[in-house]
Amino acid sequence: MAEVEETLKQLQSQKGMQGIILVNTEGIPLKSTTDDPTTTQYANLMHNFILKAQSTMREIDPQNDITFLRIRSKKNEIMVAPDKDYFLIVIQNPTE
Amino acid sequence: MPPKQTRRQSISVGRGTKKREEDSGTEVGEGTEDWIQSKAAVRPPDQLELTDAELKEEFTRILTANNPHAPQNIVRYSFKEGTYKPIGFVDQLAVHFTQVGNLIPKDSDEGRRQHYREELTAGSQDSAKVVISETENLEEDEEPKELEAEAGSQVDETAAGIPEKVTEESVETMQPKERKLTNKFNFSERASQTLNNRLRDRECQMEPPPRTNFSATANQWEIYDAYVEELEKQEKTKEKEKAKMPVAKKTGKMAMRKLTSMESQSDDITKVSQAAKIVERMVNQNTYDDIAQDFKYYEDAADEYRDQEGTLLPLWKFQNDKAKRLAVTALCWNPKYRDLFAVGHGSYDFMKQSRGMLLLYSMKNPSFPEYIFSSDSGIMCLDIHVDHPYLVVVGHYDGNVAIYNLKKPQSQPSFRSTAKSGKHTDPVWQVKWQKDDMDQNLNFFSVSSDGRIVSWTLVKSELVHTDVIKLKVEGSTTEVSEGLQLYTVGCGTAFDFHKEIDYLFLVGTEEGKIYKCSKSYSSQFLDTYDAHNMAVDAVSWNPYHTKVFMSCSSDWTVKIWDHTIKTPMFIYDLNSAVGDVAWAPYSSTVFAAVTTDGKAHVFDLAVNKYEAICNQPVVARKKNKITHVQFNPIHPIIIVGDDRGHVTCLKLSPNLRKMPKEKKGQEVQKGPAVEIAKLDKLLNLVREVKTKT
Repeated sequence: MAEVEETLKQLQSQKGMQGIILVNTEGIPLKSTTDDPTTTQYANLMHNFILKAQSTMREIDPQNDITFLRIRSKKNEIMVAPDKDYFLIVIQNPTE
Repeated sequence: MPPKQTRRQSISVGRGTKKREEDSGTEVGEGTEDWIQSKAAVRPPDQLELTDAELKEEFTRILTANNPHAPQNIVRYSFKEGTYKPIGFVDQLAVHFTQVGNLIPKDSDEGRRQHYREELTAGSQDSAKVVISETENLEEDEEPKELEAEAGSQVDETAAGIPEKVTEESVETMQPKERKLTNKFNFSERASQTLNNRLRDRECQMEPPPRTNFSATANQWEIYDAYVEELEKQEKTKEKEKAKMPVAKKTGKMAMRKLTSMESQSDDITKVSQAAKIVERMVNQNTYDDIAQDFKYYEDAADEYRDQEGTLLPLWKFQNDKAKRLAVTALCWNPKYRDLFAVGHGSYDFMKQSRGMLLLYSMKNPSFPEYIFSSDSGIMCLDIHVDHPYLVVVGHYDGNVAIYNLKKPQSQPSFRSTAKSGKHTDPVWQVKWQKDDMDQNLNFFSVSSDGRIVSWTLVKSELVHTDVIKLKVEGSTTEVSEGLQLYTVGCGTAFDFHKEIDYLFLVGTEEGKIYKCSKSYSSQFLDTYDAHNMAVDAVSWNPYHTKVFMSCSSDWTVKIWDHTIKTPMFIYDLNSAVGDVAWAPYSSTVFAAVTTDGKAHVFDLAVNKYEAICNQPVVARKKNKITHVQFNPIHPIIIVGDDRGHVTCLKLSPNLRKMPKEKKGQEVQKGPAVEIAKLDKLLNLVREVKTKT
């Protein structure tokens, strides 16, 4: 448990980090380092997107599965690491 | 009547019998007249003219019962014989006329049924009689009413009604079920209805059972997932059956499995660890994006113009706060995971001895180490097992050796030597894993300043040591009284095992000598080389050539030897104490040396035998002394550790990793043979020079 907390702390201290959100499979945010409205917004929107991406990959080949998602936009990058029960969404501004 | 006909024909020629028949067919009246009249012979124009003899000829006709129209030889295909076979008997029956009749025999089913029905009707005549009489009465009642109500047309009815009655009575036996004829024009039906009771509903309802909504999608991958789960379950049950054998190792594994399953249930946040790690790496990739790109793709184009000189491009810098003031004392790449390397931290300073740390970094995450272990005493050396890349053996400054198991999350070593179990009395300068011994036990060697080379074996989770060799300084045995022989113990500082010849190894000592030893001889050395004037810091066999090895020392020199010759082949003076040397894994002629003035030197003997082809300060401040260097087995990078606890990763420019040029028309040969040949050529040159001088 402490290890994971450590890892998350390390993540947070990286350069350009804007937020970390832990979402469960139903789209409910469990942990977040950003404020509430941002959290709910991200959780909601990303959840659908992630499920869609997952089902797309598996439709094409059921033995395949997504390992992670990266959405690079003009202002920042949203990275998602899906797990069996959770999604970890990280927002970073890498160019800073 | 053909026979009569023929007789008549034979007798009377001109009789128009034909005509007679025709006539008789048409009209009766006229035909008789014609017949009486036509006695004269009327010949049809196409009648055969026959001679008398022919006329008198008698034709016999036989009457048979054969049907002249029936076919005479019917042939049927016989599948048994595969040919057409004639049927002997042909049906001669000729049917002239058929008609379906409606008479049924009395005894048949249908006959019996009809008979039965008739009986029924006869039996119900009595009841029918009563009914009829009633209806008659009713009719009588009705009739006067109807008379009153309507006139005229009713008379007929009444009149009809009476004969009806009569007919009914008379016909009652015959047609008892004759229905009452209703007048279409003037008929009213009388009906009455009783009062209907009001209906009342009585209901009761139980509490409905609890319900939940369940929905799922049946996608291809969900089906696949279900199948995979099933498979896993089956396999688990199979394993459980197999694992009932009481073997210690297996029960251990089972215990571990139980642990893991328990762990997964413990806390929710632990499940995120995997995802968190992935994300961490992604974030790092972003942060160090340009470096990652450089590492993968950048090739220094300026090398073409640099005429055989190369450069080292600095990539990542690994450092950790906890290990800030500790010097890097050991570096080792993981043989399985080529991006993972281990860094041992400790202190070379005799006076300032503090704790030690073992950190494992991955190139994918330069910010934080993957594994952190700390120990009380400084770590001086480490080695990672080739077959079990999770086992790391370290040697400490206090003389202990310990094995860390990366699979287990503990921060303490799995196995540790103690004073009882024969730890060294001086710092352990080098440890190396060996092949498993005959009992499949893990085995490693350690060398220390106390002059002992010890072989440690992990027997049933305990470290057992065996002294392999005690280093004696030759020429220093002094005879004391009573015939005892005292010898000064040499201090081993480095060793290396031969890649192919298992028992052969080299030991470097503080006195500057290098001994060639064998595992089997414990007291005698195979050979001694007077290598350096100061302590030998590192010895290393050439990865390709079986005879060549290299040594470096604080006396500023790096020397390359052929183990059959007592004098070195090549000597390089680097103007500063050399901390470490390492052969490149991709070429037999390339090696790197690092010095305490913060420079890294890369040599390629095939290119330039006397000078380094790269001579570059690597660490930021000149005060940093570089302590160790290691080549990555597959990537063109080296890691360099300094005494501030930093590890820098550098990329080798193309000039430094030149492969032998392909001669036109010849295949490019790769592989160790080529490397060996390359080095041999060089050595021969040198040897020739030597023999001359």
